[in-house]
Amino acid sequence: MRDFYGVTLDSPLMLGTAQYPSPAILQAAFRASGASVATVSLRREGGQGQAFWSLIRDLGVRVLPNTAGCHSAREAVTTARMAREVFETNWIKLEVIGHADTLQPDPFGLLDAAETLSAEGFEVFPYTTEDQVLAGRLLDAGCKVLMPWGAPIGSGLGLNNRYGLRMLRAAFPDVPMVIDAGIGLPSHAADALEMGFDAVLLNTAVAQAGDPEAMARAFGLAVQAGALARAADPMEPREMAAPSTPLIGKAWL
Amino acid sequence: MADITIIGAGVAGLFAAHELARRGLRPRILDRNGPPGPHGCSWWAGGMLAPHCEGVTAEPVITRLGAQAADAWAAITPVARRGTLVVALDRDRAELTRFARRCPAHQPCAPGDLEPGLAHHRAGLHVPSEAHLDPRRALADLIAALSAQGIAIERAEAEPDGIQGPVIDARGLASPLPGLRGVRGEMAVLHAPDITLSRPVRLLHPRHPLYIVPREGGLFMLGATQIESASRAPATARSALELLSAAYALDSRFAEGSIVELGADLRPAFADNIPRVVVRGRVLHLNGLFRHGYLMAPALARQAADYLTDRIKGELIHED
Repeated sequence: MRDFYGVTLDSPLMLGTAQYPSPAILQAAFRASGASVATVSLRREGGQGQAFWSLIRDLGVRVLPNTAGCHSAREAVTTARMAREVFETNWIKLEVIGHADTLQPDPFGLLDAAETLSAEGFEVFPYTTEDQVLAGRLLDAGCKVLMPWGAPIGSGLGLNNRYGLRMLRAAFPDVPMVIDAGIGLPSHAADALEMGFDAVLLNTAVAQAGDPEAMARAFGLAVQAGALARAADPMEPREMAAPSTPLIGKAWL
Repeated sequence: MADITIIGAGVAGLFAAHELARRGLRPRILDRNGPPGPHGCSWWAGGMLAPHCEGVTAEPVITRLGAQAADAWAAITPVARRGTLVVALDRDRAELTRFARRCPAHQPCAPGDLEPGLAHHRAGLHVPSEAHLDPRRALADLIAALSAQGIAIERAEAEPDGIQGPVIDARGLASPLPGLRGVRGEMAVLHAPDITLSRPVRLLHPRHPLYIVPREGGLFMLGATQIESASRAPATARSALELLSAAYALDSRFAEGSIVELGADLRPAFADNIPRVVVRGRVLHLNGLFRHGYLMAPALARQAADYLTDRIKGELIHED
């Protein structure tokens, strides 16, 4: 398994911590999923979210602070520095939003912020598109992990551009990659792992499910299935039917 | 001589006083700020008595016990029983489908049939059994009802330790209870006399859900953000933009309304967002009403009173 800045995760599942009906349900969802990483947003809490953050720390998983809701490199850099203080980690999920409606990443602001933060010793997890050129530039900027989107944040559409994601995976075979955003169903998560991605990050699909705890368990099982399947070297799809029993020699009745 | 001392004159403390007085006990009410006002989160509430809509995200106990609230309040203050109207913008129609699935008490409706001003919204849900009240009027009416029985709010700083006899501590976040956190909420009040909504309207949105509660005199309460923060700073521009934009999307005439108030405060909540009566010896803590102050105060008061008078342990009672 590829590692994330030297850290090997117990489970390829990363869960967000927003939008749950209550912190108690959030905790139950984490327990049920076996997730190894919790992402947490600082921005809206205005520096006064201590009660909630200590609850996140109590989950006993690694914390990946994010810069959710930042619309410029400058905002994202400021938020990242604050996150480092609060959570005492160099990990930062870098999100620079380019469009308020689609929440798609701003590639230029992202690269700019990634350069600044990497130079400051942050271990950056950039939320990016499946664009290979941008991916290369992010790696040049010092990122050692990539977080390509599956589909727009909160859309639940799954892996929207499978061709692009496959190409990205093939282009940088040694770079750990997390599919972030757009995962709506456990099958999407399994799909990502089967395609060779190293982990998935999701939030809404669990937090807004009718039963978040049960959905979290389903995702935990799905990423296990996907990772096992990938490791087991899946067959290649083919155009023709290929009977598993040979026809020759079969008795004609 | 008081039978019991209540510290905290917010909706929880006052309703507890009312319930105890109804059962023939004589409570004394202390609050360091005197009668309710902008210093307490009860002041900033929306006043929706919407157990079914809340049940879409809240635990089932909120729906079950919250169902008593409208009747309990109606004995004290005017309660409008016109249900809740739930709508979504066309592109968020999936939210409406989901909400309908999670809220069995609804009936599909054409919003314009219930609220002619919203005829431009094509699909909606009506939850007929829900109600609303004006929170500040309700607090005033509660105080008047207590005062008619000779019970007044005394302005005094108090700690349970310094008081003899049974105590109800309903101070919200001022009470040092483990596991209690503040959840920030921001709201606005608009004066928009051209708008004629007669019942609470919820606008579903994946990121910026909004509810609007009509009040007397062309006033509308827009609420509310829900942020995991203990900051009591004034409402942020971002939150104001979100609330106002959502109101504008619901009915563009809100753009001409005047902003009468922009408020922010903290809701006290436990980890499960369910209110509790925490029993610690002779002190009962009534706390953690989260966004359900008016919805849950009657049930919480009732369970506290049942415990005090007959040692009945309702589901909100936690013996510490």
